Amino acid sequence: MTKADQAASLSVKGRIITGLALAGMMGVYIRALAYTPIEQTQGPAQKIFYLHAPAAMTALGAFAATGLASIFYLWLRDQRVDLFAAASAEVGVVMSVILLTTGPIWGKPIWGTWWSWDARLTSTLFIFLLFVGYLVMRGALEEPVIRAQHSSVIGIMGLVLVPFIHLTVYMFRTLHPTPVILKPSEPSMDSPMLATFLLSLAVYALLYIGLVVQRYALAVLREARSEEAANGIS
Amino acid sequence: MARVLSAAFTIAVKDLAIELRTKTAFMSALVFAILVLAILFFARDPTAVASIDIAPGALWVTFTFAAIVGLNRSFLLERENRALDGILLAPIPRSSIFLGKLLANLAFVFTVEFISLPIFVLFYNVEVWSRLPALIAVIAMTTVAFVSVGTLLSSMVVRTRFAELMLPLLLLPFLVPPVVGAVQVTSRILAARPLSEMLGWLKLLVAFDIVFFVLSLLLFEVTLEE
Repeated sequence: MTKADQAASLSVKGRIITGLALAGMMGVYIRALAYTPIEQTQGPAQKIFYLHAPAAMTALGAFAATGLASIFYLWLRDQRVDLFAAASAEVGVVMSVILLTTGPIWGKPIWGTWWSWDARLTSTLFIFLLFVGYLVMRGALEEPVIRAQHSSVIGIMGLVLVPFIHLTVYMFRTLHPTPVILKPSEPSMDSPMLATFLLSLAVYALLYIGLVVQRYALAVLREARSEEAANGIS
Repeated sequence: MARVLSAAFTIAVKDLAIELRTKTAFMSALVFAILVLAILFFARDPTAVASIDIAPGALWVTFTFAAIVGLNRSFLLERENRALDGILLAPIPRSSIFLGKLLANLAFVFTVEFISLPIFVLFYNVEVWSRLPALIAVIAMTTVAFVSVGTLLSSMVVRTRFAELMLPLLLLPFLVPPVVGAVQVTSRILAARPLSEMLGWLKLLVAFDIVFFVLSLLLFEVTLEE
């Protein structure tokens, strides 16, 4: 089996996983809207939390994966690691767009404003823009090895930058609701709500895997084609 | 160590000599800085916002943009006639190239900053004499942060298409912590606040300087591999 054939079969697997994830997403919608109690103070607006928070966790997880893959690339010098880093960054950017759209839709009725320069919003925005820059730079580099080296440098620098940005905007001021789930004590959430949230998180994780697998397969196919083209010319 | 530094010094002197003969980048950065300072003065409602309120922000936006103009020049210079290949062939450590470029960029950006600072004082009518040492210290700390990351990124973007557009896109996210910190400290200095109110931001600036200088130095070698 050639590299291209392997990539094609991987792409099919990716599509199946993505399909399952999208079906699961429907389940999340139904469960969140019909079978989860309405939150006492925020009312129906809180429902968006089941999309917003899992998207946030997936986005940050995706960027962290890109950063770690960048370190591993410099160590192993394996092109596959670089292609995974790029695929993960791309899916992270998509998840950030979900995060940054659902946030203001919730913010308007609850905070009374679409956008606020709160610490967590601002950090997310800058990290999102950094990774958009990462993808734009990849697009502007032709040579695969140089592209991989440069990307891994930005990935590692980004990993170190995140705590600095977070500290900076935190020192500026903060308004975002404090974490209700990831905190040392027990989650301060009703159990049906927590169940919906965890279901959604699982669905998002599956969606991440499905999209990354597809994107990775596509990148491998593209590399294989450009190699073929290069061999054809010489 | 001495060899690394002397090679770095040679590269810095070379870069500055080229700049001194043409002065193109220097004059563009300086005029650009003055233009930005003047335009930002009008970017407010004069009956509602005093110029002193926007002065720290205006100063740092100006310095950021002027630094980007200078940093773009650093490696584009080496792209002409494939001069970078010549430097890479020289029997010197790669860290010398980074340190040399860093020194030249620091000299360039500092010169632009110290000529535009009096113009800033004149335009925005700020009282600086008594606070000048503190102000210079903040400018120095922040410029080291700009230039460390900027030197690394400018060595990378030369290989891309649209290098001049790519540098601000990649560099600006990294400038968020130093610029926000510098603006906070500068506004407290201009308002004659005690040191204790700026200590947190100063710590952030120092930490950023150290972490990103070391990281840029280490990662620079990767960007020059063939």
